[in-house]
Amino acid sequence: MSLPGGGGPTPGARTPVPGDDLQLPRRPTLRDSLRAEGARGAVIATISTAVFIGVIVIAAVNSPGWARVRESFFDGEAFAESFPDIVSGFWVNVQMFLIAEALVLVFALLIAVLRSIPGPVFFPLRLVAVAYTDLFRGIPTLLVIFLLGFGMPALRLQGLPTSEMFWGVVALVLVYSAYVAEVYRAGIESVHPSQRAAARSLGLGQWQAMRFVILPQAVRRVIPPLLNDFVGLQKETALVAVLGVREAVREAGIYSTSTFDYTSYLGASILFIVVTIPLARFTDHLIARGRRRREATGG
Amino acid sequence: MRKLLIAVAVLALTAAACAPEDDEPAANGTGTATGTTSPAADECATENLPTFEEGQLTVATSNPVFPPWFSGKVEGSDWKNPSPQSGEGFESAFTYALAEELGFSEDQVIWVEEPFNKTYAPGDKEYDFSVQEISITPKRAEAVDFSVGYYDANQALIALEGSPAADATSIEDLKSTRLGAQIGTTGLTFIEEAIQPDQEAQVFDDTSAAKAALENGQIDGIVVDLPTAFYISAVEIPNSSVVAQFENVPGIEGEQFGLTFEKGNPLVGCVDQAIEQLKSDGTLDAIQQEWLSDVVDVPVLG
Repeated sequence: MSLPGGGGPTPGARTPVPGDDLQLPRRPTLRDSLRAEGARGAVIATISTAVFIGVIVIAAVNSPGWARVRESFFDGEAFAESFPDIVSGFWVNVQMFLIAEALVLVFALLIAVLRSIPGPVFFPLRLVAVAYTDLFRGIPTLLVIFLLGFGMPALRLQGLPTSEMFWGVVALVLVYSAYVAEVYRAGIESVHPSQRAAARSLGLGQWQAMRFVILPQAVRRVIPPLLNDFVGLQKETALVAVLGVREAVREAGIYSTSTFDYTSYLGASILFIVVTIPLARFTDHLIARGRRRREATGG
Repeated sequence: MRKLLIAVAVLALTAAACAPEDDEPAANGTGTATGTTSPAADECATENLPTFEEGQLTVATSNPVFPPWFSGKVEGSDWKNPSPQSGEGFESAFTYALAEELGFSEDQVIWVEEPFNKTYAPGDKEYDFSVQEISITPKRAEAVDFSVGYYDANQALIALEGSPAADATSIEDLKSTRLGAQIGTTGLTFIEEAIQPDQEAQVFDDTSAAKAALENGQIDGIVVDLPTAFYISAVEIPNSSVVAQFENVPGIEGEQFGLTFEKGNPLVGCVDQAIEQLKSDGTLDAIQQEWLSDVVDVPVLG
């Protein structure tokens, strides 16, 4: 990893550059900390990790109830039997979170921008945005899902969809937009006021300053926490099951309740992890890239 | 290096501290009666029964409970309407009759909450048995011990009047309908195995959610056990009707509800004996007559 500006992580290996002392010390990543300890450190880390995990595993396996726990949670036969249905259920989760994420990105940005418009005339808009985020961050997601999923069709209004999946996704979009709007707002507020002033002095209008100067910087900064919320959203698609939708966790539950064996939930967990871990690593990668860029430009 | 050893030792201790302690096998009582072997008479004398709390019968059920299995309200109960302590409703009345047969008075019956999906969790149970319309299947019996059956359950279809399922006269007619059921119920198995509708069944956490979807017209019909079907169509969703009951369908033949016990609970033998007694002296029939008497005159499909 050779970096412009010599920001390599190994102590002593970097040549001091002017203004270097002004840089904030970077937070070491897991990889950095391993590298810094050298070969001997790596050996010790390996032994220590092996002993730590080994003791936990040995304690679990030798515990008096292990045989029952293994039968109930780690039964290979039950896993193989339930997995195909869970995979087809997981496709429903994937559809739900992909659609919801796209909508959340747009809707949350709208809320955040509304909340950031200055001037007394726009007070009602700011009020709506504040009320919206407060309300939907405060209400349990489950209630929103019930309310929309069973409540809206009960109104019997012409033209209103009755699909459980439709209302489940709408509920997720409403709840997660409230979270993500706050993330966006943090980004917008992190852009120094002088940026807005400079943009205005160049002749850009209020909206143009937001569109071309503030938002590009703001959004870039908040991508990691934004993806973090998406990880949460992906898991919460499982809540839509309360409306009767056969997604992965519901399929696992169907198997579990009919056989009295919890192993099927393990299958569902693995699928969620398979999707979540790449997203988490991608987030790490974005954070690291952003840091490198800021270091490279001295900003 | 010494520092390393100490650190590893500390980590190991931390990990070990998380391990469960050896638990004493629950060997109060004689501990010789296991499974369904018929125990000697004095083993089933009330004072010798290896119950969870000495001198008490601790019974678990889910919260909320539903008519006609439970009905009637008791002030101060953790259950809102209905409360299992009332002695009203089939399972409540049956539990008190069973307690009496085992030699417990009404106030020695203690009700505790236990969600259905926890009844089969491994490990010690904080009660003697759970009563919540659980169907006995061989696969489930690998995880829990069942009593002998106390009710022969048929599945039934409820549909909203005017929906395509309401006019069904054969299982074939139901293939193109949208059906739903509660998770973990034989109703769901029945839909998937016997009806095999073109559209996958919707699966709900409880009958309340299934009822909501039915009322909204999001599904055409739900499959539940017959007594529940009666209650729903008569009281809860008046514009619905019990279209049919199903019996003699391969796979769900001879379905019975049983009490569930922790695997290896020595109490099972004595409880089985008491249930058989309630069957032979007509008590169970009388309770069924009282609380589930509507269960006749429904066309059988199958």
